[in-house]
Amino acid sequence: MSGAPASATFPKNARAALANPPLLKAIAHIEETLVSGRRRAVDALPEFEALRDAGRDLKAHTLAHLDLYLEAFEQKVVEAGGHVHWAADAAEANSIVLDICQAAGARTVTKGKSMITEEVGLNAFLEGNGVRPVETDLGEYIIQLRGETPSHIIAPAVHVNKEQVAADFRRVHTDLDPRRNLDEPVSLLAEARGVLRERFLAADVGITGANFLVAETGSTVIVTNEGNGDLSQILPKTHIVLASIEKVVPTLEDVATIMRLLARSATGQEMSVYTTFSTGPRRPGDPDGPEAFHVVLLDNGRSAMLGTEFEDMLRCIRCGACLNHCPVYRSIGGHAYGSVYPGPMGSVLTPSLQGLETSAHLANASTLCGRCESVCPMRIPLPKMLRHWREKEFERHLTPRKARFGLAAWRFLADRPRLYGLTTRLAAWGLSRLAGKSGALTSLPLAGGWTRWRDLPAPEGGTFRTEWAKRGRH
Amino acid sequence: MSSREAILGRIRRSLGASGTDAPRRDAVRHRLDATPRNVVPARGALPPAERVDLFCRKAGEVFASVVRLARPDGIPSAVADYLRSRNLPQAVRRGDDPRLATLPWEREAQLTVSTGASAGADLVGVSHADAGVAETGTLMLTSGPDNPTTLNFLPDHHIVVVDASTVSGDYETVWADLRRRFGAGAMPRTVNLVTGPSRSADIEETLLLGAHGPRSLHILVVG
Repeated sequence: MSGAPASATFPKNARAALANPPLLKAIAHIEETLVSGRRRAVDALPEFEALRDAGRDLKAHTLAHLDLYLEAFEQKVVEAGGHVHWAADAAEANSIVLDICQAAGARTVTKGKSMITEEVGLNAFLEGNGVRPVETDLGEYIIQLRGETPSHIIAPAVHVNKEQVAADFRRVHTDLDPRRNLDEPVSLLAEARGVLRERFLAADVGITGANFLVAETGSTVIVTNEGNGDLSQILPKTHIVLASIEKVVPTLEDVATIMRLLARSATGQEMSVYTTFSTGPRRPGDPDGPEAFHVVLLDNGRSAMLGTEFEDMLRCIRCGACLNHCPVYRSIGGHAYGSVYPGPMGSVLTPSLQGLETSAHLANASTLCGRCESVCPMRIPLPKMLRHWREKEFERHLTPRKARFGLAAWRFLADRPRLYGLTTRLAAWGLSRLAGKSGALTSLPLAGGWTRWRDLPAPEGGTFRTEWAKRGRH
Repeated sequence: MSSREAILGRIRRSLGASGTDAPRRDAVRHRLDATPRNVVPARGALPPAERVDLFCRKAGEVFASVVRLARPDGIPSAVADYLRSRNLPQAVRRGDDPRLATLPWEREAQLTVSTGASAGADLVGVSHADAGVAETGTLMLTSGPDNPTTLNFLPDHHIVVVDASTVSGDYETVWADLRRRFGAGAMPRTVNLVTGPSRSADIEETLLLGAHGPRSLHILVVG
């Protein structure tokens, strides 16, 4: 995709985002909508914490038996008349999907919202091979028109304002009356509905992701609000599901447990509008539905995460709560991360998928405040895993030289308690002198980034260690 | 080696496990056969009348409109009333489901009732749900020769009939019913859980109804 910044330049991307007022205004909506919505939904369900435990446990069980549940799922899909394809990496997934599209003689495909297709770069690949992909989720449609990537895993166009959408629609929907009113979101939605309705009816192949793969029944499950995923999968003759291997769950009961967590954590809804189970192609006598049903199971680095300190990340259900509650995400939005998956979950997952060399900054895009873990429906210890990546970054000498020097200096002092005590006493005395009567520092060498936005309160009295020693004597 | 074998092999190496290990296979077989319930919220565990009340309230909270009917033969006139109240033409499309086909549609002389799948031109679809879930005001619809899935998504207005006796407290009860009807481990081709009309908040987080699916969901609870 054009213009998407890379993870390797995260510090620069973040500075640019902080200097982008329309972006900051757009992402400010997250607090009053998604965050407060989640709070209300969680407060209204006494069993929510118990459900989180159950969700964590059932995913842990599934991951420990992942090979067997995938085999069970595959067998059920085949019994229902569907096809299962296994893709080791992005290139293989893309080529499997293209082969199916070409065999179906497809010129256009409609797509339900799918982060996995973003991960493998499916749209660009299909376009390059003569198949036109049409995103149909409203947010995905908007960013496809803009040539952008999603900036949020469930609200892909959260960074765009309605004036920008109106301008994009006028630019692209040139057959409509140029004098039409597009001032309000409702008229923008109506226009997108009309334009995309034609696309749905004309598509040769429909592609969706999956929120769940059910081993018990061979069903793939999508969870949506708009109904676009359903129209993408019931109208064309061929339905392709692209899903990563950790989406499998054992039973319908397990789907119910995660369903109760997913929408509440994501948008504050108790249940998304449409939860749809697809099992094989159209049956004899069925008046509608796809004639062919394909499931592409993608690994792309996930099997190698099992048995490592990052295994817990495979419990993620992509609700986006960690993004919504992250002070860093909320300050810079999703594009600055330069990765398909932004926010805390993205910072943990991206190095596993694309290598630490190009994504080492991401583990530092966190204050380690712990809000992400406190809201994660699957109780994924995100801060702990970010620290693991920071350790690996240091071990592999990927940390910038200034930071390495600082850490080495700190270690030198920390290993010498008397010298450490002397240095901190001197620093406290010096800072307090520098601050003078105001008691605050407006600028500080080596900490200009911090004092640019606020004053540093000067230390009053002794250091922590001298105060602690005093209390010990009492 | 195929990618299938490569992926399964990597998973087993990472887990330090084998695919033929009997205790692992037994654990999986047991979970798939016994389908144990996890945590089920107490919210829906109510006597039948209160359960239906909860269903109606929850459906209302997600912007569905709900009408209660004493008997199925009141359905055609309730459909005609809805069309009049929304200034819609007296025309609907429905599947051949006997629960709908045997109703006295002829009593509504003005009403045109067509049957079968939708090609996108219908303003109003009428379907019969297999169950309701009180916990969240959710409808469950299944596909089949007499129940086109397109009717659930293409028309602007979706009218869904649900029998009060099929409203359960939680999803787990609905799964048990599905297994009884279709057999263990089997599913109809499409199972739709529908909770309110289609919506989107993708433009400035503004909640709007009627994204790609129906703009309105009207539920007739019978009995």
